[in-house]
Amino acid sequence: MITITHYLVLSAILFMLGVVGVLIRRNAIVIFMCIELMLNAVNISFVAFAYHLHSMQGQMFVFFTMTVAAAEAAVGLAIIVAVFRNKETVNIDDMNIMKW
Amino acid sequence: MESYLFYIVGTIAVLAAVYLIFERNPVFCALYLIQTMVCIAVLYILLEAQFIAAVQMIVYAGAIMVLFLFVIMLLNIKGDEESKRSFPFRKIPAILMGIGLLTVICIILKSKLLQGKQDVYTVAHIESLGNTQLIGNLLFTDYLLPFEITSILLFVAAIGAIMLAKRKL
Repeated sequence: MITITHYLVLSAILFMLGVVGVLIRRNAIVIFMCIELMLNAVNISFVAFAYHLHSMQGQMFVFFTMTVAAAEAAVGLAIIVAVFRNKETVNIDDMNIMKW
Repeated sequence: MESYLFYIVGTIAVLAAVYLIFERNPVFCALYLIQTMVCIAVLYILLEAQFIAAVQMIVYAGAIMVLFLFVIMLLNIKGDEESKRSFPFRKIPAILMGIGLLTVICIILKSKLLQGKQDVYTVAHIESLGNTQLIGNLLFTDYLLPFEITSILLFVAAIGAIMLAKRKL
């Protein structure tokens, strides 16, 4: 029998993998993908709670999260393209122009 | 049957996410992320959220990931990503912090804080109306203001993306 706890633990594992990915990767695009993974992990929690509490609010929130993620992907990738044009790299260790 | 499907799909999702964070080649990273997203869409179907599953496939696995792959191929990024400025032993503390975060979340999940007010949308009710129709009804009644604000957000994002990606402002 699959309970809500199973879904929440899976969501927590995927979120944790997203956080670790953000911390260990140096490629800006892969870091961006890990952020998308974290958003997806939270969406699983939303839908699991909606199913558990017989509510539609969770599904509505997932809908809006996806919209925000789409907007974020468009702007973020545009920023990465602009940075690559100036510095010829997407390695975040080489992007230190705003550091002291 | 349902529990087997959950375990199989969940395992594939977690394995693909692990490969995502340790794979060197960004194109393979994007493909592993697509695999995770497809598995998550299957989980949505198991949770009686068919419309969300369809949107997950179309918007996430379709549109957003194509955008990622397009940018990766446009910029011609190399797989080698270590630079001289990198902090040498950053992987071990990052993984330890991740395990710590997971432990904290699981401790919170074990405490009995997961109660909430039950609403009227049971599975039978959703099936009598249809998942998509229910979402559409809610979107144009209770969630009308957020829906309109979302349209402004997408508009601003489109303008912002064009402005940022332009060569000369």
